[in-house]
Amino acid sequence: MQPNYVIELPNDLCAIEEPVAYLIHRASEAGFDENRLRLNLRVGLSEALTNAILYGNCRDPRKRVRIEAQVGPGEVTVRVTDEGHGFDPCCLDDPTEPDNRRRERGRGIFLIRQMMDYVEFNDTGNSVTMVLLNPAPVENGATT
Amino acid sequence: MTFVVTRDSDVTVIDVQGQLIVGNRQELKQKVLDELEAGGRKFLIDFAGTGYIDSSGLGVLVSLSKKIREQGGELRLANLNDDLRTLFELTKLDTLFHIAASRKDAMSAF
Repeated sequence: MQPNYVIELPNDLCAIEEPVAYLIHRASEAGFDENRLRLNLRVGLSEALTNAILYGNCRDPRKRVRIEAQVGPGEVTVRVTDEGHGFDPCCLDDPTEPDNRRRERGRGIFLIRQMMDYVEFNDTGNSVTMVLLNPAPVENGATT
Repeated sequence: MTFVVTRDSDVTVIDVQGQLIVGNRQELKQKVLDELEAGGRKFLIDFAGTGYIDSSGLGVLVSLSKKIREQGGELRLANLNDDLRTLFELTKLDTLFHIAASRKDAMSAF
């Protein structure tokens, strides 16, 4: 991926909202479907950042989170990387199973996978790349 | 982002203004637990002013539902917009909660 945006965040939950809003705005300007940005990108990116801050970086204020994004009218690709030791994303329970629905936690990665069209973790598990496709790309904000 | 707590008859109504996310879920949890401790048993959380709920927000609703139920109470949700409803349906939490289209519908169902 050749990112056209690179953002470094402090390891602070309060820092999530601004870059999410910024990338949504940039993608909207590029002609991306606003409904998919408002829900899908917001959920995918916010959940990935929350996980990076809380679990990847273990709330350590000395650590940082990196966002690399490539934004275009047809596709938004975002990579979120933390400075943690990583984890195995394969060993996660399905939160929609009846026995799991009453659990308080465990829905973040599920929602990322539901909202984004493509999700891949690196081998270490401290970086996730997510792709959102635009079903009807519009060049330069022109309407169809 | 705020939580406005009011009473409507014997129902405690909490209006969620803005978002329900990891950063403010504890505040909502404490407000409801305080009302539960004070004897409240019927709870309505109104999302008419809510634009976004993250997975932590969904989780705190699950937790509160359990605590209220354990005390013999009942929790209802109302006024989820299309995006919020999508999140509940994807996570199958729409099978766990009483979700009403409006505050009026929720109140009449208690």
